[in-house]
Amino acid sequence: MTAFFQQWMPYDWAWALATICGILLIALPLMLAVAMIIYVDRKVWAAMALRRGPNVVGPWGLLQSFADGLKVFLQETIVPSAANKGLFLIAPIITFTVALMAWAVIPFNSGAVLADINVGLLYILAISSLGVYGVIIAGWASNSKYPFYSAMRASAQMISYEVSIGFILICVVMWAGSFNLNTIVHAQQSHVGPFNGFVFNPLLFPMWVMFLISSMAETARTPFDLTEAESELVAGYQTEYSSMSFALYWLGEYANVLLMCALNAVLFWGGWLPLVDWAPLYWIPGWLWLFAKIFMFFFIFSWVKATVPRYRYDQLMRLGWKVFLPLSLLFVVLVSGWLMLKRYGV
Amino acid sequence: MIQVFAFYLFAALTCIAGAVTILARNPVHSVLWLILAFFNAAGLMVLAGAEFIAMLLVIVYVGAVAVLFLFVVMMLDIDFAELRAGFIRNFPLGLLLAVVLLVEMGVGIGAWSVGGITLGTPDGSAATPAGASNIEAIGMLLYSKYLFLFEAAGVLLLVAMVGAIVLTHRQRSGVRGQNVSRQIARRPDEATVNVKPEIGQGVTL
Repeated sequence: MTAFFQQWMPYDWAWALATICGILLIALPLMLAVAMIIYVDRKVWAAMALRRGPNVVGPWGLLQSFADGLKVFLQETIVPSAANKGLFLIAPIITFTVALMAWAVIPFNSGAVLADINVGLLYILAISSLGVYGVIIAGWASNSKYPFYSAMRASAQMISYEVSIGFILICVVMWAGSFNLNTIVHAQQSHVGPFNGFVFNPLLFPMWVMFLISSMAETARTPFDLTEAESELVAGYQTEYSSMSFALYWLGEYANVLLMCALNAVLFWGGWLPLVDWAPLYWIPGWLWLFAKIFMFFFIFSWVKATVPRYRYDQLMRLGWKVFLPLSLLFVVLVSGWLMLKRYGV
Repeated sequence: MIQVFAFYLFAALTCIAGAVTILARNPVHSVLWLILAFFNAAGLMVLAGAEFIAMLLVIVYVGAVAVLFLFVVMMLDIDFAELRAGFIRNFPLGLLLAVVLLVEMGVGIGAWSVGGITLGTPDGSAATPAGASNIEAIGMLLYSKYLFLFEAAGVLLLVAMVGAIVLTHRQRSGVRGQNVSRQIARRPDEATVNVKPEIGQGVTL
């Protein structure tokens, strides 16, 4: 895109303009996708519970999220008098901004990526580790006990699962030989026979299962949504929030869920590659494959949310530290040993 | 042009955040300013061409260490008056520490500028080998030239971690924990038992 703008202006300005256009090209459809995905989420739960779900606003209730957005936008923002005002208002902004930042390195097609950096996966890890601050700051600044409990749960939970996610990603990185997400996608081309994707590899398939579960824990989705367990903590860290500050949490949360779905697709299911390495399938544009995969994972996320009950806190910690951590460490050893034997020779 | 602008932005924010970290009255605010300082330092690293170190700085310090700081500081019930009372008493010690750090920095920069140490290139530009990314270059060095030091550091950290756990771990007796494998292994025929108690007699469980 930089070259396109360079027809009219010097390189610096063209680069800046191209980057801004790229950001808008990702952020605006992402916001639209978040609005629609909230609708999908509610429809899936409704179908699981034999209800109709949102069906009043617009055809089939398609405009429900926009009606909800308008509603919260027109509401009054209430700041508790005992709250730490500055931090209280900054916290939802942090959550929302961080949820958008990570999308900079997600490849939508071969070369269609805003920032094609060679530490892409580390960047995603760094950004996702920032996400917890929105929750912690909200819990502390609200100056209320339930948000505070929630903040402490959130920080312990995210740190626990980031450790095993790190090991899982190391396996993928070793196999692909790069931290760059586009290179990782390319490495998955006809990985096992005609199939594109690390998930078809017997050594990496268990890693994908663990990554899927860990990504639910990382985004605090249902079996792991102890941060907003309504039976214990009212609404968790969002208890004192209202109006747009609440909506920012809502949007940020779903943008994070979509990001985790995208990561599942990019790291294990071949990203923008078709599932089978067969020429006619490449006629379908890459970003459509990626969107289909993201949507499939989002369906799994809402399916799980509609099906399973919530974990108890000690069970959550047990799963993270006593099951996933040793298992992922074992697979790091297995994968590196296999690559040493087969790819590099001993 | 944009690099210069970014450098001054990051550098100024790092300095300001660092100063506010020690000036802030509220310890939670202090930690949050410290996090901002870490973040801007990572930005400076990216500008210097050390993107791997920058990402590690954010992952390790911002993502883990500072969260634990915040975790502890938030739960402390801090008496601010008491905190400020020790300021005058500890001021000389703090000053001494600052002087020591300043001298160390001066010695380091002095030794580097006369050519005692070969860090990077003499003109200050980053010395990344051509054709190799940051991660590859660091990996090549760590796993060949500095293999022993690298592994020794790993063992040292492991020992420190085990030591910390051993020191703080207390085995509590009389706690009925959940044994998940036993729960999963349990079958209906061993979980239920059909008894026919005599009149006036109970059931032993």
